Amino acid sequence: MDNPQHLRYSKEHEWLSDAEGGVSTVGITEHAANALGDVVYVDLPKVGDTITAGETCGELESTKSVSDLYAPVDGEITEVNEGVTDDPSLVNTAPFEGGWLFKVKVTAVPDDLLSADEYTAFTAG
Amino acid sequence: MTDAPRRTALDAVHRALGATMTDFAGWDMPLRYASERDEHVAVRTRAGLFDLSHMGEITVTGPQAADLLDHALVGNIGSVKPGRARYTMICQEDGGILDDLIVYRLGETEYMVVANASNAQTVLDALTARAGGFDAAIRDDRDAYALLAVQGPESPGILKSVTDADLDGLKYYAGLPGTVAGVDALIARTGYTGEDGFELFVRPDDAPALWAALLAAGEGVGLVPCGLSCRDTLRLEAGMPLYGHELTTATTPFDAGLGRVVKFEKTSNGGAFVGRAALEAAAARAEERPPRKLVGLIAEGRRVPRAGYTVVDAAGTVIGEVTSGAPSPTLGRPVAMAYVDAAHAAPGTEGVKVDIRGSHEPYEVVALPFYKREK
Repeated sequence: MDNPQHLRYSKEHEWLSDAEGGVSTVGITEHAANALGDVVYVDLPKVGDTITAGETCGELESTKSVSDLYAPVDGEITEVNEGVTDDPSLVNTAPFEGGWLFKVKVTAVPDDLLSADEYTAFTAG
Repeated sequence: MTDAPRRTALDAVHRALGATMTDFAGWDMPLRYASERDEHVAVRTRAGLFDLSHMGEITVTGPQAADLLDHALVGNIGSVKPGRARYTMICQEDGGILDDLIVYRLGETEYMVVANASNAQTVLDALTARAGGFDAAIRDDRDAYALLAVQGPESPGILKSVTDADLDGLKYYAGLPGTVAGVDALIARTGYTGEDGFELFVRPDDAPALWAALLAAGEGVGLVPCGLSCRDTLRLEAGMPLYGHELTTATTPFDAGLGRVVKFEKTSNGGAFVGRAALEAAAARAEERPPRKLVGLIAEGRRVPRAGYTVVDAAGTVIGEVTSGAPSPTLGRPVAMAYVDAAHAAPGTEGVKVDIRGSHEPYEVVALPFYKREK
């Protein structure tokens, strides 16, 4: 699978877009979506919620398991993807596009986010 | 330290198909090939092909094979006709379930017992321990068979295209020897999906060729390879119990709502069988004052109940425990099997909830199964 070069990645398998006007988009990677299997329910933070990098901010349920969603950055939620709440399978079919989870006004970015190549190497191990 | 997982004769096939593998009862088994939901839907509407080679086969032969099995198991095995099969259980002396089994009568004095992978050694040991005094031999045939299953409404047509065996004459829970795609097989009309289907016991060396032939034969009607993940959601929708979840050594067949598998009326060995006294007491208890009953739960919301989650009433008091839960592809909602206090077990009981990580989510109590195929 190809991890888009223009994104950054957390070791908890979230991706983060470059900020536009201070706002980044967050989703989970294709690697994570494949590991989960069919996602059937997503619980996302609410608009206005403050999230902290490395802490849980939601959960993803698949056929076999439930997994926490971790915030990749500090910030405030500005938008959540209602499309993925209605149709969680978007996380599987388009994890880097239509399956995005939320947008966040970033206040701090941890220094251990990975580049696409670093994340690819991280998940190959 | 644990032993490396065992691999089936189809291991290379699964890897070539890109399967996600999982450790299941000491075996490295395919969990899914692509989307487990698509695999589930394929079995409900078309057909699916499974590798079930982890299941444990034990052969019992000899003049007193039936008497031994009548003594060791709760069913009336002596009444099974050659070529037929029976769903049954093996219990402890205290009535607790050691495993649920299918017993095939292969010949006049030959039976094949199929145990769950996780319990195969336990069943083998128990049968051996209970065989004293019977003129019968017990053989561990776990390595003698690979097991492939074709399940779903298209499965008879698929199988017919690769065998001359009389499938129309093969009833549900029957088995006959035959040749499938040039391979010697025991063809059984059994399964664990709630659909019509077949299970094919073959020599491990023959499994890859048979798998390929079945995939090719089913290609035109939408047969897909299927993993254990969809097998679990299929059996859950069909209300079929899974050992380690609905069935345990702490549960009797009567507690599990499966008292019908216990045949007190059998006459071999003077009617004696392992667990009889305890099971008679369990039957009476289930009749008079059942502690908990196995029920179906359907979610009103979308959060998924998992095994071990507690069932609570409107006041938050614990009234039961989920034993299996999953999103049901057929119903489009999460479903669960749960043991619930008898007072809350009637279908339609109000106020029954499941504690999903601290949140009490409303559930509808229903009779099992969730799904029954149209015949």
